[in-house]
This record gives sequence, C-alpha cells and structure tokens, in this order.
Amino acid sequence: MKIVVCVKQVPDTTDVKINPDTGTLIREGVESITNPFDEFAIEEALLTREEYGGEVHVITMGPPQAIDVLRNAMAMGVNQTYLLSDRAFAGADTLATAYTLAKAIEKIGDVDLVICGKQAIDGDTAQVGPGIATRLGLPQLTYVSKVREIDPENKKIVVERMVEDGREVVESSLPVVMTVMKDINDPRLPSLLGIKKAAKADIPTWTAADLPVEPKKIGFDGSPTWVMRVFTPEQRGGGEMLEGEIPDVVSQLVDKLLETKMLK
Amino acid sequence: MPKLIIDKETCTGCGACIDVCPYDALTVEDDVAVVNEKCTFCGACVDDVCPVDAITLEKEEKKVDVSTDEFKNVWVFIEHERGKVANVAFELLGQGKKLADSLGCSVCGMLIGDEVEPFAKEVFAYGAETVYMTESPILKDYRTEPYGAAAINLIRKYKPEVVIFGATTQGRDFAGCVATTLETGLTADCTGLDIDPEKKLLKQTRPAFGGNVMATILCEAHRPQMSTVRPKVFPMPPKDESRTGEIVREPLTMSEDQVRTRLVEFLRGAETVNLADAEIIVSGGRGLGGPDQFKVVRDLADVLGAAVGASRAAVDSGWIPYEHQVGQTGRTVRPKIYFACGISGAIQHQAGMRTSDIIVAINKDPDAPIFRIATFGIVGDLFQVLPQLTEELKKKLGKA
Repeated sequence: MKIVVCVKQVPDTTDVKINPDTGTLIREGVESITNPFDEFAIEEALLTREEYGGEVHVITMGPPQAIDVLRNAMAMGVNQTYLLSDRAFAGADTLATAYTLAKAIEKIGDVDLVICGKQAIDGDTAQVGPGIATRLGLPQLTYVSKVREIDPENKKIVVERMVEDGREVVESSLPVVMTVMKDINDPRLPSLLGIKKAAKADIPTWTAADLPVEPKKIGFDGSPTWVMRVFTPEQRGGGEMLEGEIPDVVSQLVDKLLETKMLK
Repeated sequence: MPKLIIDKETCTGCGACIDVCPYDALTVEDDVAVVNEKCTFCGACVDDVCPVDAITLEKEEKKVDVSTDEFKNVWVFIEHERGKVANVAFELLGQGKKLADSLGCSVCGMLIGDEVEPFAKEVFAYGAETVYMTESPILKDYRTEPYGAAAINLIRKYKPEVVIFGATTQGRDFAGCVATTLETGLTADCTGLDIDPEKKLLKQTRPAFGGNVMATILCEAHRPQMSTVRPKVFPMPPKDESRTGEIVREPLTMSEDQVRTRLVEFLRGAETVNLADAEIIVSGGRGLGGPDQFKVVRDLADVLGAAVGASRAAVDSGWIPYEHQVGQTGRTVRPKIYFACGISGAIQHQAGMRTSDIIVAINKDPDAPIFRIATFGIVGDLFQVLPQLTEELKKKLGKA
C-alpha cells in the first residue's frame, strides 16, 4: 500500500505562557515540535505498512526549518519525505494549505491512503484533512480512533470514528483520506540508528514551480480568510476563595451552589 | 504578497514584538527588530504590542472574486442525529437571527436527511423564516459525500451570504468539505460572530494557539462566509410554536452507488451523560493519583446528575479513557457548573472549560493556576472535600 502522511511543525502551544503584566503571549523558549496528532498519523502509517507492506511517504508545508519534523519522521522509519517550501506558500489559510498538500499528493501519485492528524495545535481548525479529501475527490474519515481492518485487494477499509455519544463503525472504499485521534496507537520512539540515518538523509524540497499549482490558489492569495486582529482573551477573574475548616467550606460551597438554582 | 514592515528609524529594539511572535519570526539585529522567512502574517505582533508603533502589516485589498451582492441571507445547518435535532442548531438560529437583522435579511435553516420534514416545525419555532430542505433515503445517516452534494446544490442555487454549522464532529467533518468545494473561507470553532457595521461583513472570533490568543477573522471576497460554532457558545433562543415559514425543497442528485462510505453500526458510549451536553461536569486530574480514586469524582457526579471529565494528565496516565478528556486536545465544554478536582489548570485544560458559567476548583496547591479562573476555590485535600461535599449535597437535594 502506498501511504502519504501530512505533518505540520507547530509551536508547542501547551508550553506557551501569558505575561501576567501585559496579558500577551510569551513565545520565548517555546519549542517547535511535530504536531502531536501527526505523530499518531505517522505511527498508524508505519503499522499499516508493517501489516500490509508498501511505502510511507511524509510531506509537510512550511518554512525551511520544518525539515526537522521530516527528519523526525525518517528517524521513525518512513520511506521518503518531502518538504514543500516556498515564500509563495506563506500566509496560507486552510483552503490554500489543503490545496497545496493535495497537489503534492497528486505528484507522489498512486496513493492508497492519506493519513493526517485530527488537527494542528496552533490553528486547531481540523479543516485541512477534509480539504485534502475534497481536492483529491476522495472520501474522508475523520475522528478515527481505530482502524479495524483493511482489505487492500478489494480496496476497502473499516474504521471506528469517535463521535460525541459513542463510536461509529464506518466502511469506506480505498483510496481514502483519514484523520486520526490521539491514542489510536502508541507512537514509537526513533531509534539511535534511525536518528543518525535521518540526519544524513537527502530530503527534496518542492517549491511552487515543482507542483502543478495555480499561483492564485496558494499562499496568501489563495486564502479567502484572513486575520483581522489578534488579542488575548479576557482574563476571567473575580472569584472567591472559601476559607475555613473543611466541613465549613463544604457548607459554604453547598449554600452558594444552591443559591445559583442550577442544581436539581 | 503581504509584508511585515518594521520602521527602522522608529524601532527601539525593545523586543516586545519578539516576545509575542508564535513562530519565532522576529529577531533583533543591530538594535532593530528584523523579520525572517518564518513569518506567517498572523498579525500577533501588530495589535497593541509595539510601544512606538514601528511595526505594520501590509495586506493588499483582496480582489473581489464573486459578485457579493448576489448573496443574501444567513443559513444555519440543522444538524440532527438519531431522530433528534442537535441543540446547537437552535442556538445558532438565535444568533443567526441577530446577524440577519444587522444585515437586513432573513435567517434560514438548511435541513438535509431522510423524512426530516417534521423537524421543520421546530426550526420555524426557533426563528427561521425559510427551511431549505433535501430529503432522500440516501441521507438517512450523516455521511460526508451525500450531505455534501445536497448542501452544495442548495448553496449554489440559493446563494446565502453566511452559512453556520455547529462545531460538532458532524459539523466539523461536513463544513470543511463544503467550503473547499465552494472554494470559500471557513473559520472553525468560533466563539463570537458579529457583523461589521461598516463593511457588512461577518466578523468571526475564535481561539488559536491552544486558546492562548483570540483571533478575529474576515472572509471579504468570497461567498458564502462560513463558520463552525461550538455548542453552548450562544444561548437557546425563545421558542414560539405559532411561527411558521416556507419550505423550499430540492432533490438529491446523487445515487447510493456513488457514495463510497457506509455506516456499519453505531456503538453507544458507556457513559449515560454526554460531556458535550452536560449541564454539570465533575472533572478529576493528576491530584487523584490513580484510576480507582476516580470514585470520589464519580460519587459527586452521581449526586449531581453530572458528567465525568478529566484532565490530560489523568488520561495520559491511563486512569480514565480519552472520551472524558477536557481541554485543547480533548473536548471543549461549556457547562453551567464545572468542578475541577485535583486539576492544576494549565492553559490547555483551561482552553477546554474556561467559559463554563461557574467553576469550582479544589486543589491542595494554593498556587494552582486554576484558582485564577475559579468562581469558588477551595484549597484542601480533595479526598476529604469531595466525599463531604457529596454527603452534604445528598442531604440538601433530598437524595440521601
């Protein structure tokens, strides 16, 4: 099976702090990492290759330093990686990003399965996976928490999707675009040998000229949405600490909760 | 091509812009700020950051691609599952009406499914003037392809200027497909929707960077302007059963053999109270120490008829399944009351629950960040507080 995984390099937003005086973001010391959901995507691709044979290709769209996430993927054991990098790709919203990634997948060609992480932890939109599926004219399976079985010969896949009140078991034809949830698997740690090989690997960079893209559909020009304003959210405040011995604070709390009339 | 411009004369090299850049795109060279290729033009450095206004973001006016005047009305996708319309659809009708009023047009429902006409009554009752409907047995259960075909057909024919979806798993699966096919803008997980009075545009506000910042987004030159909105962001509007409206019907132009997915079965979740809909949630975190210790959380939840939530730490440690995780990489919830027990309240957890009406925090550590956003805070041992709280509530609520 030929599998493509789309990954993104993101700032580690779980590490970001807010400056208590100005209320603004403190970016200093925040690392760039592989989007955590994408690591599950890479692992799922590797597990699929182990079971059914084939190749795993990994692509990322980003500035030159995004090559680090590709080296990480190579160290985990994928076959080939590609960096999509060009000034013309910058400023892309989800529409332009999905378009660019889809064109790269077309260039790789003959793909049976595309796997993406559910969402990126900086944009948090979860839109690029569905966008890629639509551009490629493929069915999509989102919020996948488990792959039950794949039948490469008959081109079928059965997965479990996690929805609000339970799980859907869905069957789809292949090829398909799949976005995966956290804990679908246990991503492997790169081996020392893997890291060494990855450091020396030759990773091609594809620019806008290398892909069959229309200039007005990529980057800022290809983005219908743009950010008008960025601000820090209103800090929620004005609470009260309940003081006293435990039986006393419990009583206080119960009284206050009853006052709200929100209890049945 | 947008440009980030730093006026070298004015810039003092103070580094305030560097601190806020999420992409490490700014550095100080020769005592002035310099931007590099990592810049994504997100604008975080521009608003109210530079003390001397030395930094500006130049974006060209977007060439208007479509005749935007042709597009009229605010549509709300009427999501339904297993025989019931999702509350978020009604919440969005409420806000949709306000948007429509500002724009001087109507709010309408987009209803897709099999034998769903009975739902139209409720949709009118909650404020829609028109329901655009496509019915077919192929649309019985939600699937991206046939629902997408139905929506695209309706939108291309009737040209709404705004289409809003609930940011549920169904909505987020669906909206991306529709927006990409129409090649228009989609903003996810909005927590605010307003109309810019001058430009008559939809201003879409949403959290980014794990909830650390808020961004206001515009879609100027493309139609429809599309958004997904989280449940419980907007209140349920009043219901008026006497209201009626017009139903506009369109057929589905897709056949079953063109659909490439099939719902095999639905496995209902074990928990009886759905986290997304819960009015009260009791969550446990690292402070619990183990899976069995969740008992004190569950006991309290039982008395309150509440759902059980968890922090990422508890889920990562394997104490409780991922379905219960609240936070940036888990579920976003907006209950009336949220109990955070043994949860420190890191930013990514806050992103998932900070808009709850009332937050009760119980933690041994007086410096835990959760106390900064709590309505009521108790510094204490949760293994003493929770059981006593449960007992007291049992008595007062008559459930002893």
